[in-house]
Amino acid sequence: MSQATLAIKRISGHAGVAPGEDVERDEIVCKLIDTTTCIGCKACEVACLEWNGYTFTETVFDNSYQTMPETAWNYWNLIKFNEHERADGSITLLMRKDQCMHCADPGCLMACPADGAIVQYTNGIVDFQQQNCIGCGYCVSGCPFDIPKFNPTTKKMFKCTLCVDRVAEGLEPACIKSCPTGCLHFGTKEDMKDLAETRAKQLRDNYGIEKAGVYDPAGVNGTGVIYVLHDVTNPEAYGGLPSNPHIPWLVRIWKGPAKWIGNLAMLGGIVGVTMHYLRFGPKQIDPDEDLEGKAAQDEGKPAQDRGDRP
Amino acid sequence: MSASRVISPREPAGTVHRGGILVRYTLIERLHHWLGAIFYIYCLITGLAFWSPYMYWLSTLVGGGPTARFWHPWFGLGFTFSMIWMYVMWKRDMQITEADRRWSKAMEYYIKNEDEKLPPVGRFNYGQKLFFWLMFFGVFFLLISGLGLWFVEDIPWSLRWLRYLSVTVHVIAALATIGGFIIHVYMGTAMVRGGFASIIRGEVTALWAKTHHRLWYEQVTGDRSRDDRSLDR
Repeated sequence: MSQATLAIKRISGHAGVAPGEDVERDEIVCKLIDTTTCIGCKACEVACLEWNGYTFTETVFDNSYQTMPETAWNYWNLIKFNEHERADGSITLLMRKDQCMHCADPGCLMACPADGAIVQYTNGIVDFQQQNCIGCGYCVSGCPFDIPKFNPTTKKMFKCTLCVDRVAEGLEPACIKSCPTGCLHFGTKEDMKDLAETRAKQLRDNYGIEKAGVYDPAGVNGTGVIYVLHDVTNPEAYGGLPSNPHIPWLVRIWKGPAKWIGNLAMLGGIVGVTMHYLRFGPKQIDPDEDLEGKAAQDEGKPAQDRGDRP
Repeated sequence: MSASRVISPREPAGTVHRGGILVRYTLIERLHHWLGAIFYIYCLITGLAFWSPYMYWLSTLVGGGPTARFWHPWFGLGFTFSMIWMYVMWKRDMQITEADRRWSKAMEYYIKNEDEKLPPVGRFNYGQKLFFWLMFFGVFFLLISGLGLWFVEDIPWSLRWLRYLSVTVHVIAALATIGGFIIHVYMGTAMVRGGFASIIRGEVTALWAKTHHRLWYEQVTGDRSRDDRSLDR
């Protein structure tokens, strides 16, 4: 991240190569959420509010432990609580920290029409730039996880930034720092994948949780937030985590071929009427013509012939 | 014609003035045409800005992206209002008649400016009627899908296909109206001489009316000189 620009390339009066020369750095960052060790304490929710400068506001009780039904423009991080019936009939509470997934192929960014309102950094963080946002809500249609939210006062969209301001300074996101059980981890994508797979294997081998696995959906080219789930075959049970998220195909068509077909059609229309004017010209009425006689005499002759008369 | 003469707002369309001037559009008709035009063109400029990054600069013409986004739906509602008004004013004039069907079969002569080969038409020709109904149904779809885009967060996640459908329908309906709009502007300003003046000042010469809308001309002037009347209606 910021330190990457300070990597040494050459050293004066130095025998041998510079330390770290030609080393490929993995700059893609990733948040790992291990749902199997989450206790639903909501420390991450509070840390998120504190770091991002929001105050706790009125919430909606929805007959569960969940703070509110879904994330809000000023509440980017929400643990979703879901009662789940196991195969043997016993009940368990599935808890999943929900926030922006920072897709490698972000649907919000594809849908956004405003120049520079959504950026994706080389480290994988997808961030909204509110000074460029026009508040159209197209990102809501593009997002496969229903994350961007509209602030009706400022008319701008908001969502989790993966604490880009902290990450740029070499710090971990606020939610990670607050987690008491260590179910949240932050690091390079490679390391987090490795850690997640190790944990999933441990769950399968040592705890007999046969379907344990890692959620890093390929439909959006992987995400900057990955989960370890007890049952990776049924992510929907975790408060509607989509099993195969992808940018909606209608959004892809809209932002892809439809744009060029539409632009060509509009251009074709303008070129078409111009060509028509050059070929056929205007419909003029002969100023010499009068209501009674001449129009009838000229029946059958092309209009331009009539216009040519002196 | 005298430059000082102005059509009275109370005169209905088809009023015949001395000197061969006919009232083509009443003041109310012209007012709603131009109100609709302003609403539509605003939505067109801002809509094109949201449509393509290469046209995003258009939003600066109307005060920047956020301003454009704020007003676009309201101007859209305004256009819906003027469209409803135009529907009430013109729905009878815009019905497709037998004369229109005959005219539509000979439309190539109209395109080739061989108008003398065309059967006579009433107050509006088939193309004008087609444009009217295109805009009428276009507005219907733009309104429904536009509400989906305006209140996208209120469409529940379980019905999210409606979000995607809104975007698609809005685009298709907008492109269809733009196609009609290009032809409408071209014909009203460049192609049919006298047409633009008629929607500004509301008047046309009798000769203009006889040339382009013969049935209407005969109806308002009581002219029965044409021999072959069997084709009418």
